[in-house]
Amino acid sequence: MYSEKVMELFMNPINAGKMENPDGVGEVGNPRCGDIMKIYLRIKDERIDDVSFETFGCASAIASSSMVTEMVKGLTIDEALAISNKDVVKALGGLPPQKIHCSLLAEEGIQAAIEDYRSKQRAKTEAKA
Amino acid sequence: MTERHVYMDHSATTAVDGAVLEAMLPYFSDRYGNPNSLHLWGREARKGVNAARDQVASLLGAESSEIIFTGGGSEADNLAIKGFTFTHREKGRHVITTAVEHHAVLDSFKWLKKEGFEITILPVDETGMVRISDLEGAMREDTILVSMMFANNEVGTIQPVAGAAKICRDRGVAFHVDGVQAVGHIPVDVRELGIDMLTMSAHKMYGPKGVGVLYVRNGVKLEPIVHGGGQEHGLRSGTENTAGIVGFGAAAELAARRLADGSIKEEVRLRDLLIDSVTTSIEDVFLTGHRTKRLPFHASISVGSLEGESMLLRLDAAGIGASSGSACTSGSLEPSYVLLAMGLSHEAAHGSLRLTLGKDTSEEDIVYVAENLKRVVTGLRALSPLWKNRG
Repeated sequence: MYSEKVMELFMNPINAGKMENPDGVGEVGNPRCGDIMKIYLRIKDERIDDVSFETFGCASAIASSSMVTEMVKGLTIDEALAISNKDVVKALGGLPPQKIHCSLLAEEGIQAAIEDYRSKQRAKTEAKA
Repeated sequence: MTERHVYMDHSATTAVDGAVLEAMLPYFSDRYGNPNSLHLWGREARKGVNAARDQVASLLGAESSEIIFTGGGSEADNLAIKGFTFTHREKGRHVITTAVEHHAVLDSFKWLKKEGFEITILPVDETGMVRISDLEGAMREDTILVSMMFANNEVGTIQPVAGAAKICRDRGVAFHVDGVQAVGHIPVDVRELGIDMLTMSAHKMYGPKGVGVLYVRNGVKLEPIVHGGGQEHGLRSGTENTAGIVGFGAAAELAARRLADGSIKEEVRLRDLLIDSVTTSIEDVFLTGHRTKRLPFHASISVGSLEGESMLLRLDAAGIGASSGSACTSGSLEPSYVLLAMGLSHEAAHGSLRLTLGKDTSEEDIVYVAENLKRVVTGLRALSPLWKNRG
């Protein structure tokens, strides 16, 4: 059912765990649907210096989170925003049709974390001004 | 990691028992005759079918003439529900079932609705049990059929079948029971209980797949859904699945022996050991279904802050076969309708895990499963943003 890459990242996820004092946090999905993805970002000079995730969900949700965090690591914010769910699916070696929404959550999770980072930056700038 | 394999999904299907397989084998290429033929080959095959009919009847306390072999449990459910309502549709157009039935029953009822019947679907309590008072309240002048499962496949809860049968009998309403999960595992006597029709399936009780039975009490009239050569008293045409039927007979005999020799008591002990050990050793885990009125081989739990498919796949990696009612395992966006009908939240239903024991499950297997489940749960909770208690 799942590709080897999905099973590998599900069994041994990379970048898993909560991050202390992140610069941005994004949480998408809801427990009613059985998927919650939480992405933590550390940003240095507008570049993603570190990233981690926590996910409640099925194997493909966990693998998608792990994959997207691996993909955005080291990218500039704009480069990270350009990562689409299709890129995640491709990197995972495909997902079953009913699991495509997991890759969408991964895309949205990164976007939400960046949005959180940006709104915090705006708040800081406003506070200085 | 060890190479141990522990199959804990006996509610899904069981392995064909060695003695059952041995009984079946001659009917493939040795006694291969058509049971409807008059010659030696036919008579040999007929003998096998007749013996199997006696064995199944004996397990249920029924007459051999009341046993109709079908292509499986779903077909038997369809025959009972569609066959009965079609025959008796002039007497009344109201039928009753429960919210936790198998799809073979629920979808047959939905079809009846399309055909102009009025259907009532009874709710269940938090253990998955139907309240007899609800059944009484739902009965109408034009009710012709009640269909209720003996025991639930997802949570193992045993329904108050005897009480429901009495209510039906007092009102002259036919009573069909889907006994697929229960027969062969708990004593079922159709006369004592007062059941009019009972569905059973061979592969849930160490027999082969592709063969079912509908017990039809003498005097109950049905219209067939498969027309043709008139086999099985005209209720199920088609050349008999001789080897499968012989296997069903042998499985029925095995079940009768297990019901008599204390095997079931041991199964209950191991089931309770599993339930107690996972609910006490793992935080935020609760049993789903009834604590005592449940199938002897059935353990079902809900694990907080986790999703079922992830547990199932990590258990699989440890050589353990389990199942879940989460949305991700059902192939839809909704988790199990059975668990939701019992009042479980969506979250709790997503975290459901079913572990069903078999006749060869050992205490070491149970210990292995409990240990690995704890390890799997701890590992996945470390990833879960819902898990607040982690250190």
